Amino acid sequence: MTQPHSSSTQVRHGVSTPIVIVGHVDHGKSTLIGRLLYDTDSLPDGRLVQIVESSRKRGLAVEWSFLLDSLQIERDQGVTVDSTRIPFQLNGRDFVIVDAPGHRQFLRNMITGAADAEAAVLVVDAAEGVREQTRRHAMLLRLIGISHVIVLLNKADSINFDEAKLKQVEGDIRQLLARLEIDVKQVIPASARDGDNIATRSERAEWYKGPTLLEALAQIQPPASRHALPLRMPVQDVYRFEGVRYVAGRIERGTVREGDRLVIGGQGQEATVAEVCRWHAPHEPVAGAGESIALRLEPDLVPDRGDLLFPAGDEAAAPLKAARLTTRLFWLRGEPLHVGESFRLRLATAEYDVTVAAIDAVVNLDDLTLSPADEVPPDGFAEITLAVARNILFDPFAPGMPDGRGVLVDRHQKIVGGAPLIGPAALADGAHAIHPTASGVSEAVRAGLRGHKRAVFWLTGLPGAGKSTIARHAEEALSHEGLNVTVLDGDTVRSGLCSDLGFSPEDRRENIRRVAHVARILAESGQIVLVALVSPLAQDRAMARAIIGEDWHEVFVDTAPELCRQRDPKGLYAQAEEGRIASFTGVSAAYEPPETPDVIVPGDGDVARSVRHLTDAVHKAVR
Amino acid sequence: MALQDAHIMDGLDQLEAQSIFILREAYRKLKPMALLWSLGKDSNVMVWLARKAFMGHVPFPVMHVDTGKKFPEMYAFRDEYAKKWNLDLILGECPPVEEMDSSLPPAARSAARKTVGLANLIDKHKFRGVVAGIRRDEQATRAKERVFSPRGASHQWDVRNQPPEFWDQYATPYEEGMHVRVHPLLAWRELDIWRYIERENIPLVDLYFAKDGKRYRSLGDQDITSPIESQASTVAEVIAELETSRTSERAGRAMDHESEDAFERLRVAGYL
Repeated sequence: MTQPHSSSTQVRHGVSTPIVIVGHVDHGKSTLIGRLLYDTDSLPDGRLVQIVESSRKRGLAVEWSFLLDSLQIERDQGVTVDSTRIPFQLNGRDFVIVDAPGHRQFLRNMITGAADAEAAVLVVDAAEGVREQTRRHAMLLRLIGISHVIVLLNKADSINFDEAKLKQVEGDIRQLLARLEIDVKQVIPASARDGDNIATRSERAEWYKGPTLLEALAQIQPPASRHALPLRMPVQDVYRFEGVRYVAGRIERGTVREGDRLVIGGQGQEATVAEVCRWHAPHEPVAGAGESIALRLEPDLVPDRGDLLFPAGDEAAAPLKAARLTTRLFWLRGEPLHVGESFRLRLATAEYDVTVAAIDAVVNLDDLTLSPADEVPPDGFAEITLAVARNILFDPFAPGMPDGRGVLVDRHQKIVGGAPLIGPAALADGAHAIHPTASGVSEAVRAGLRGHKRAVFWLTGLPGAGKSTIARHAEEALSHEGLNVTVLDGDTVRSGLCSDLGFSPEDRRENIRRVAHVARILAESGQIVLVALVSPLAQDRAMARAIIGEDWHEVFVDTAPELCRQRDPKGLYAQAEEGRIASFTGVSAAYEPPETPDVIVPGDGDVARSVRHLTDAVHKAVR
Repeated sequence: MALQDAHIMDGLDQLEAQSIFILREAYRKLKPMALLWSLGKDSNVMVWLARKAFMGHVPFPVMHVDTGKKFPEMYAFRDEYAKKWNLDLILGECPPVEEMDSSLPPAARSAARKTVGLANLIDKHKFRGVVAGIRRDEQATRAKERVFSPRGASHQWDVRNQPPEFWDQYATPYEEGMHVRVHPLLAWRELDIWRYIERENIPLVDLYFAKDGKRYRSLGDQDITSPIESQASTVAEVIAELETSRTSERAGRAMDHESEDAFERLRVAGYL
């Protein structure tokens, strides 16, 4: 990559410190940026002339903010539409200003600019004080993990740099940021328009002894090295060129060296690094955080995109594993978010199907309190629980680190929210979950009372495979032993709960979704639930599993298709074959058998034997 | 520094690693994809970065949208390095200027030919990803760009409705007929490009180097690009010159100076 032997005295070119400037609309962000560029002598001659001409054409005095409003359409509207990046130098150090707009409907543009900033300047009008967007932007700084925050009390000239008034605004803002666990570095009284306390010390605020803004910026520390941490390399792609297989990716933290033993993703396979590969660079046997490299592995395994590579043989160096995750959400879609919605969770290069299992709390932006709610409004912030179809590997989100940076995308691959992963979510922790009046009785207490644990056994199989029959017999047998069992079978739910649904793929999916939610409610009350549903599609069963969580056990009732047809207890195969039922599973619609069911119950022997198969599995799970 | 330690990355290393990451994302997610090779310094750096990303290979086509009005040196360079770098070169033609929007100022109207030539090529090959070497620091309108910039079926850029882009998660097309412009060099500055050219020893058309007191800082069509006053005849001298220069890189590009919104209009229509 670099010339490894270049002397250390060489200037390190191109390392820029990105800083984001945020704050309520009209509190003076654009003016501040114009002033910063002017004070640091960073204006290219051409651009300065453009500003002056633009201002003149419009019959206006020179406005520093015109620098940023570089798009015609923006200038006509008088607002900054999108985030943009403006470089400047301070004592030989490169900075990049990320400008973020103040209009709330442009939250997504702001995130686009601000997400990789190392520090933030929060601009607050000294006379107006904390406003709605001040709180919103501060909240966002917390969620995207920016911990270095400088507060600029702008337009302090409008209150004559009055110490008492400024101290009061400072108190308000410090209180706000403390509640968000943001450490305020400095609070600077200033006037961006006149230049007070930007580059030069204000003569109008002699009581203020802190740094000017430029002095405060110079104190920003570069991000800590991520080399010393355990390796994380998410696989980005696998290539084969001229007979050699390359596992490509970027090292998110730690280092990797030839000879290292690595675990590959959730399957737990291990391999040794045979070579660290780069093109047109001197060979080095090691690579560190931030580098985009390729590895040759021994044995020559083929990982999937998204597989996390991490050190083998060290429990402490392994990522966390969970199928339910607590996240702090910032919601970017124009419509509210509801429980039960499904998305793809992107985490580095991995993607997972997830369902929103619970909205645990929504942030009220007027006072930053958390309260239960049924939905997350557009541009809202919330703590939510995501259910994944299987265990995933992850590291919790931490400011300044690449870990746990979850993003939700909809089925059109549009980003609809940021979801920093906080940690595994407990199942019983459902205070505002799918059934908002969840009991205070814990699962452990219930298990103690009942003498058994809860579980959902989801029986899938062809029509006529014997699912309902087996489930009913098992229910009877288990009840006699004193276990608390309920059966949810397809025909029963369709006669009531789901009587409005037909058999289109959408309706089938909805049917499964409802049954899954009911099964979960029953399970959380401590019951053992036996679901008997054809549920022909793997993706629909994955959804059910996501809703139900850890209690889920998949049971494949494995009966030969010919036997099902021959049994035909309801005469349905006969009708389907005559074409009187459209899209009948096993005849005119596909059945996808589970690839790795937890239990296989043979459906073509005698019923007692099949039932025993199921009850044995139930005993194992709930005792 | 012990030989066994991973080295500390400098700014060029960081830019390089990020560009490689972007190219690999694009190649994985946008098929079929092609890279726009204008033969200028930035797109040479981009081809170089693609070879870095794919271990010396460029595993997708490289497009040159030919206005027919480039400098002869540029055509010679193209033919030489397409062969040397083993590129799968696709050439595209541009319609005559008479067919372009007559309300555009003359130089912008001439540049618009390239927009149409590119659109035709994308439609013909049904490309879902088009990699282009624009940078934020070149021009204010380009500063608004995303790394992955979705374009509608008629190739237009919806400046005011761009997708969110953060934490290295990029938008991918979600409707029939859309494509994504991919910008791996967005974060690079002009000086970074030259320092990287120097470090990696990347070949360039020699029009960039001074002859008789003049050199080209930016290369477009012959009739709408003019050279600047310069004595810089090597990469090192160009770097030294840029370190003290305060004029804009595109000062020699006529269309940038015709009217305030000409460039913006070109870009909305699909110009780079």
